[in-house]
Amino acid sequence: MADHSGMVEKRGFGLWMTHLGLIIGLLFVFFPIWLALVASTVTQADIMDPPMPLLPGDHFFENYRKALVSGINAPVAWMMVNSMIMALGIAFGKIVISLLSAFAIVYFRFPGRRTFFWLIFLTLMLPVEVRIVPTYEVVAGFGMLNSYSGLIFPLIASATATFLFRQFFMTVPDELAEAARVDGASPMQFFRDILLPMSRTNIAALFVILFIYGWNQYLWPLLITTDPSMNTIVMGIKQMFPSGDDFADWPVIMATSILAMIPPVIVVVGMQRLFIRGLVDSEK
Amino acid sequence: MATVKLDSLKKSFGKTEVIHGVDIDIKDGEFIVIVGPSGCGKSTLLRMVAGLETVTSGTVQIDGAVVNDREPMDRDIAMVFQNYALYPHMSVFDNMAYGLKIAGTPKAEIAERVDTAAKLLQLESYLKRRPRELSGGQRQRVAMGRAIVRKPSVFLFDEPLSNLDAKLRVQMRLEIKQLQRRLGVTSLYVTHDQVEAMTLADRMIVMNAGVADQIGAPLEVYANPATEFVAGFIGSPPTNFVNADLAGIGNPDAVKLGVRPEHLNVMPSGSGRLAAKVMYTEALGAETLTHLELADGTMVTARQSATEAGAAEGTEVGLDWQDGDEMLFDRNGKRC
Repeated sequence: MADHSGMVEKRGFGLWMTHLGLIIGLLFVFFPIWLALVASTVTQADIMDPPMPLLPGDHFFENYRKALVSGINAPVAWMMVNSMIMALGIAFGKIVISLLSAFAIVYFRFPGRRTFFWLIFLTLMLPVEVRIVPTYEVVAGFGMLNSYSGLIFPLIASATATFLFRQFFMTVPDELAEAARVDGASPMQFFRDILLPMSRTNIAALFVILFIYGWNQYLWPLLITTDPSMNTIVMGIKQMFPSGDDFADWPVIMATSILAMIPPVIVVVGMQRLFIRGLVDSEK
Repeated sequence: MATVKLDSLKKSFGKTEVIHGVDIDIKDGEFIVIVGPSGCGKSTLLRMVAGLETVTSGTVQIDGAVVNDREPMDRDIAMVFQNYALYPHMSVFDNMAYGLKIAGTPKAEIAERVDTAAKLLQLESYLKRRPRELSGGQRQRVAMGRAIVRKPSVFLFDEPLSNLDAKLRVQMRLEIKQLQRRLGVTSLYVTHDQVEAMTLADRMIVMNAGVADQIGAPLEVYANPATEFVAGFIGSPPTNFVNADLAGIGNPDAVKLGVRPEHLNVMPSGSGRLAAKVMYTEALGAETLTHLELADGTMVTARQSATEAGAAEGTEVGLDWQDGDEMLFDRNGKRC
């Protein structure tokens, strides 16, 4: 290796251009978020008075306190709790159910195994939006409107996650299951002691994706929660928009938007290492 | 310690029968090697003893009890797998201890048993490592340790050495043999390598297409193969087969004549029983293999000591052998 820079040109003009491109792209993506952040720190009057300020004002605490404590329909703090319960419920529920169903499909021979797999696979083609009317019917019939179970259960079955775990389980050598059997492990002991620890990076990656999926649910909570105390934050933002002649309290709405972004960011940043390993690593 | 008895054991996958009835009585402490080419059903046979495959008909008895319907753990066996099947997320200690933990063995006893096994296998300094931090030979030892700590009455080995390099294989072969002698546990060992079979076995079962062609002590099988298949499979280089008519065999049933390479003598042209042409020779140091072509185009191999003067390639020679070294096979490949 006489020439270290031989493989990829890393010096000079090319390097600057790369960075310039990345920075411009970043600014482009970041600008709306910056605007929201600025708007959440100024007064309503400042926003209404063009040009809109581009630097943060001094009403940060006032606006955020107002959003968190009173909000417009419901306190944002409460909406965040609702969202958190829903997102965690969906993420954990989906992982548990898909792990178990993938385990059943891969490791057990039962009548209709293939049929069940294809039925699960088929539901991939039917997202919530397509089956929303019958689902609403069912949930209403169970009296689960305006409840956490109504928010969580209809979204909890996941064909994608089942499929992902199925693919992973199929890469686990059969001998491992046989060795466990010779060691005297029952199927559930094998699942708990061997499969589960081996899938932990997959679980982590999936948790990140599913948490964000759950957190960002909009249409379903909008449909089944009429009680403001059951509102989730993502749909809550929309609820804050005025109807008719009312005027919108933009600083509070923007503060809510910023608050809504924080938990997914924490989850992604906090689990980044596991997340990437789960997606790219084959050596578990 | 236990005896194992297989009684007209058969196995079918769907409509295809892969094992056509195997009988064997294994004595307590005996080392039995099941050898055969791939696809002959040897692993299936072992897995039926282990309880990982269901038995289609016939019985498996361990220590006199029919175990056909018992789970592997209730058969008092331990198995070593070809790819070791170590639990990748567990340390060496946990890998070995897992079976005992499930059985509810007290912690102190687990630690003691694992330590004893680790000492026996020279794994003491690796107990905290994960399997991926070990070399192939060490992983193999861990797999054996996992079998040993359970103190089973039967060891089952499914081609345990085939993932190791040649040198390590020879070394591990010896270790397995010593270990089995020391522990005195009845063992069944599956391999496709006839050298492993010859060196390890007290008795070996030569499997061919789902049938046990011959069961016997290695040297007995070598000296006196029951079928053409066994004669050709056991021994390297394999037995030479010559058309009985060409060799001038009187026996009307005999179709083929088998002679081991070491029993063929290369003579000057015109002498001996058959004329042949030297195609090429391989000098291996201690011995020289001479490959010859007979009048009808059959290739045969003669194994000579390196001290004998070899015939030059391309020359015409004669071949001779002792009457006692002849093995005659009928049209079904059986001895006659």
